[in-house]
Amino acid sequence: MKQGLFEIKENKPVTENVMKMKLEGDTGAITAPGQFVNIRLDGLFLRRPISVCDVEGNILTILYKAIGKGTEQMQKMTSGSLDILSGLGNGYDTSCSGENPLVIGGGVGVPPMYMLTKKLIGEGKKPRVILGFNRSDEIFYEKEFKDLGAQVTVTTVDGSYGTKGFVTDAMTGEYSYFYACGPEPMLKAVYKTSKTEGQLSFEERMGCGFGACMGCSCKTVYGNKRICKDGPVLRKEEILWQI
Amino acid sequence: MADMKVNLCGIEMDNPVMAASGTFGYGYEFAELYDINILGSFSFKGTTKDERFGNPTPRIAECTAGLINSVGLQNPGVDKVISEELPRLAKCFSKKVMANVSGFSTEEYVYTCKKLDSCPQVGWLEVNVSCPNVHGGGMSFGTSPEAAAEVTRAVKAATTKPVIIKLSPNVTDIVSIAKACEEGGADGISLINTLLGMRIDLKTKRPVVANRMGGFSGSAIFPVALRMVYQVASAVKIPVVGVGGISTAEDVIEMMLAGATAVEVGAANLVNPYACRDIIEELPEKMKKYNIESLKSIIGGAI
Repeated sequence: MKQGLFEIKENKPVTENVMKMKLEGDTGAITAPGQFVNIRLDGLFLRRPISVCDVEGNILTILYKAIGKGTEQMQKMTSGSLDILSGLGNGYDTSCSGENPLVIGGGVGVPPMYMLTKKLIGEGKKPRVILGFNRSDEIFYEKEFKDLGAQVTVTTVDGSYGTKGFVTDAMTGEYSYFYACGPEPMLKAVYKTSKTEGQLSFEERMGCGFGACMGCSCKTVYGNKRICKDGPVLRKEEILWQI
Repeated sequence: MADMKVNLCGIEMDNPVMAASGTFGYGYEFAELYDINILGSFSFKGTTKDERFGNPTPRIAECTAGLINSVGLQNPGVDKVISEELPRLAKCFSKKVMANVSGFSTEEYVYTCKKLDSCPQVGWLEVNVSCPNVHGGGMSFGTSPEAAAEVTRAVKAATTKPVIIKLSPNVTDIVSIAKACEEGGADGISLINTLLGMRIDLKTKRPVVANRMGGFSGSAIFPVALRMVYQVASAVKIPVVGVGGISTAEDVIEMMLAGATAVEVGAANLVNPYACRDIIEELPEKMKKYNIESLKSIIGGAI
């Protein structure tokens, strides 16, 4: 974990509500895909945790949905710098992926899967990516994933683009492992549908984001864990579902 | 040279700044960021006889200049604290730590305090009779003078280290409770714990935290904490530890003028993990600004 100032280099919409922000700063603490950053904003007491979409040199890319006070404030920013705690959470472990893992992202769970896919491909693996959205106008980053060289399937609930249905409807064929990030009902469905071991990234309302306050605890097979510090990525075998 | 030394219940401290229980874990998360030996000390995560998971999530709600938490005393239980957390802390903190203890009966308080009393790393026992997030314990001991005095007497009879009773602000007469603790033999009083608060999510139209209500802390509560510290320090002879909404060196000075011998920084640590370090580094400059040579000399200066 590192605290530092990041300068806003770019902040533009990728869909009606989802924004892409590029920030320049010390990215050295970000060591794995699936980690997150915690952003301090004027007038708001708590920082805003946002997953890391990509890191290239000292450029950090985040994708976020303008959905509340904090992200709506971020949406309006064009320049300046942000006080950011970076390198939070455990992130995904790519060492157990096997040759052809499935990478599954749903909605705002898509962003961290970009850096993960990039890492897997960099390690010579052949990930198959499933991106799930509600409707065609909510789709983002399909091209970016394809440009990495991944095989990409897009699902929409209303069938307005790609495969009609949920991400689980595209979880066909053989795969060596799976990685997932998305809303909890999606994670549970992926968990039930999956035929292999895997890793899933969870969300919880956080206080500090670095393990001090116990605000985001959950029960697992291996005891109590803090989503912010011991997660957000949990392994399939340790999950105890609360929903 | 600014003299920041204070003496809390017979233990010398390099400075009066401590981190408050529940915002600093057992210390080592922060030791990854800076040398926590610069702290006066810190009060570790509220510890109970048995392991507790705490309350269901969500446990956190944001407020203007603060937050509500409803953690519910999640901790590994006193035996694991002694066998695992304290040895881990010893590697990064060489000073005396304050042991924060909670319970659901007088016997539980005594049991846990006795165990921690035998740990050389522990300097003070901070007996939390003020947690708003648990039922049938915690705050119920701190809302009547009789119950608070009973816990104080029982813990005092079973331990040798200084006993500091942490009080709740959610009472009609804080002074009578503080005095009852003093008469029960308390070596010090710390206050305030969180204020009982609530938020409702306008989208779901339901309370934000799963337990509906929780403890409100953060800079918003500083004036309330200051007022209660002032009232209690005016009425008791034992040292008072000022807690509640402190986030700057100037807050520390103000709290000491109100009668605090030492202070605890809480919610600020969660937003700025370097909050305690920043405050300690800022203190000499602010002392100079306000013509203060020794912090010890200003304790209760406004009373």
